[in-house]
Amino acid sequence: MALPMTPSIPTVSPILGRFTIEALPLHEPIVVATFVAVALGGAALLGALTWFKLWGYLWKEWFTTVDHKRIGIMYMILGIVMLLRGFSDAIMMRAQQAMAFNGSEGYLNAHHYDQVFTAHGVIMIFFVAMPIVTGLMNYVVPLQIGARDVSFPFLNNFSFWMTGAGAAIVMMSLFVGEFAQTGWLAMPPLSGIGASPGVGVDYYIWSLQIAGIGTLLSGVNLIATIVKMRAPGMSMMKMPIFCWTALCTNILIVAAFPVLTAVLALLSLDRYADTAFFTNTLGGNPMMYVNLIWIWGHPEVYILILPMFGVFSEVVSTFSGKRLFGYTSMVYATLVITVLAYLVWLHHFFTMGSGASVNSFFGITTMIISIPTGAKIFNWLFTMYRGRVRFELPMMWSVAFMITFTLGGMTGVLLAVPPADFVLHNSLFLVAHFHNVIIGGVLFGAFAAINYWWPKAFGFKLNQFWGKVSFWFWVIGFYFAFMPLYVLGLMGVTRRLRTFDDPSLQIWFIIAGFGAFLVAIGIGAMLMQFYVSIRDREQLRDPTGDPWNGRTLEWSTSSPPPDYNFAFTPVIHDNDAWWDMKARGYQRPVNGYADIHMPSNTGTGMILGGLSVAFGVAMIWYVWWLAALAFVGILAVAIGHTFNYKRDFHIPATEVTAIEDARTARLVGAAA
Amino acid sequence: MSPPSLHTAGHVEAGPQDHAHDDEESHGSRKGYWVGFALSAVLTAIPFWLVMTLTLGKQATALLIMAFAAVQMVVHMIFFLHMNRRAEGGWSIMALLFTIVIVGIALSGSLWVMYHMNANMMPMQAASDMG
Repeated sequence: MALPMTPSIPTVSPILGRFTIEALPLHEPIVVATFVAVALGGAALLGALTWFKLWGYLWKEWFTTVDHKRIGIMYMILGIVMLLRGFSDAIMMRAQQAMAFNGSEGYLNAHHYDQVFTAHGVIMIFFVAMPIVTGLMNYVVPLQIGARDVSFPFLNNFSFWMTGAGAAIVMMSLFVGEFAQTGWLAMPPLSGIGASPGVGVDYYIWSLQIAGIGTLLSGVNLIATIVKMRAPGMSMMKMPIFCWTALCTNILIVAAFPVLTAVLALLSLDRYADTAFFTNTLGGNPMMYVNLIWIWGHPEVYILILPMFGVFSEVVSTFSGKRLFGYTSMVYATLVITVLAYLVWLHHFFTMGSGASVNSFFGITTMIISIPTGAKIFNWLFTMYRGRVRFELPMMWSVAFMITFTLGGMTGVLLAVPPADFVLHNSLFLVAHFHNVIIGGVLFGAFAAINYWWPKAFGFKLNQFWGKVSFWFWVIGFYFAFMPLYVLGLMGVTRRLRTFDDPSLQIWFIIAGFGAFLVAIGIGAMLMQFYVSIRDREQLRDPTGDPWNGRTLEWSTSSPPPDYNFAFTPVIHDNDAWWDMKARGYQRPVNGYADIHMPSNTGTGMILGGLSVAFGVAMIWYVWWLAALAFVGILAVAIGHTFNYKRDFHIPATEVTAIEDARTARLVGAAA
Repeated sequence: MSPPSLHTAGHVEAGPQDHAHDDEESHGSRKGYWVGFALSAVLTAIPFWLVMTLTLGKQATALLIMAFAAVQMVVHMIFFLHMNRRAEGGWSIMALLFTIVIVGIALSGSLWVMYHMNANMMPMQAASDMG
């Protein structure tokens, strides 16, 4: 072929790399309008923070905090903010696909549309689902095991800022340059330098690499926390199920994320250093990329869903007023899933040509992994059986999950049959399936968890009315949005299409678009729920710290918990430790407090995160001097931090006494 | 380093395994380090000698080098990382076994999958390369 291997790249300036003024998408009116809106909103926010003199407060109490509770809340805020971004991508796609019939091109050009579907997938998985999962584990695990904090509090802060740095780089791609147009896994050869010479794939690589460091370190941190910091008496088989699922998720993270890091590093070498790991020529093999990225990718979906299984276990048992049915089987089901998650990756590429023996092996393992998941569903149902079920919001989300997730699980088992997959691969049936399990499992779980633990985090319950509005719009909207995609997929419509020729398909896309509109109302209602609840917090106040008649240790302390979580380390005798304490007539100790040793706040995590953004952006734009400078800066700050010996302080016993006395007064007030 | 008080927020909070036991565990003796060093040196020297003299065939040499590398990893784990069944209340050996299982699955699975992919898909590739 006469075409050159790499298309002519515009000259790289020694100062600005390959950045030029053309890199700003001034020619795309949608992006410009978005930018203006974001810039105005951002300026208003920064102005308000300055006006109300909140910078010092944010820096001292939040950005530099090493408190697992505040870091958990920051993760959740990051996840919800990014959900808004990811959802705008979704509704743009739905609108485009509903319009682009009968010769209409819709309103998104191909370059823009391809970025939108790529960004949607990347953001929803890495910057919505992952922060929400990590945030929940961060907040809840130490409280449930009766610990003061995680094992490595500074590392926790650092992990958060690395995740935030990755999110910042993705957001930057919206306005400076472009994002990848490759689909969320950036498969070569499409993501190679030949087919994608622009900055899009580099934005993808560096945002994931930087966020991946955060994810991996937070995995290490939480494993160490769960293994080493359980309260006396809490043997492994007395841990709450949520902690078990968190442990297994973090084991999956620690074992799987290095594979992603390695495969993206090899892709970067192909793009930056002209190597040939995944090229079509020179002995490279793009199929190896697909193989490796799914070795990470399949465990990743269990990383997202396992903690939610834990959430549902806690919620169902609390709101049924019963001990969880089949605790031991739940633990073993989780462990089996943890190992089997590594044995099914090939079902993502049955059609790539491995042949019958390989395909049938992975088809069968995929069907087997649905067995422990099914066992869990039965455990939840039997927990509800003959229980006094209270249909509060967390329980409503759990029931919606059980119905929706079972449906998604069944279409998954359908896709696990290789001959069926040959028909359905890459179709909208697949798209409907994974949205069915990720929305129905991970997001419904996240909403159950937010409604369940919000009173613990902030000391007041969430508004019921807007919660129910949000619930019904989300659930009904989900079915409207994705059931048509199953139909379309069975009719053979493939994913990621921008325009359509067959006018008979349009009605299904209009129904799906209507579903997305309902979900938009659901999201709006959820934000309204937060606003109304914060406004009416005095009426919704829960002085007891145990608003749901809970079963696990986090409900034994005040809401919100004091910085040190527990004035005295609790001693555990039973799975449902707090339920057991209440049943045995536990008296809260009201004196005899001692000084409490605590870790100090530090700005190092945020500084390292900021330097990582600089490094990533410099690598993306080939600004080599800045990359070198930022890298040296990262090393210097990290080494410098090891010489910071002012890492801890003591909360004096008098202060502990004052905090606990205030709680005693609140409890007396609540009882009276 | 003596363990700080039980109420520290950091990583010394007492878990169900009494923390004191971990601290008493040996961090290796001088003799252990010497044995490990000697074994590692021997296990490195033999592959070098095999390559330099090529006493055996190429493929046998390659396989032997990998075998020596695997043995040397075990030596490092025992003598330098002090792995045994009791370290960290058994968690170290559990983590090691899990790692071996996962790495085994990933390596053997990838070899198996890629072998089939090559056999089924690469002839077309080769043809287009020639064309």
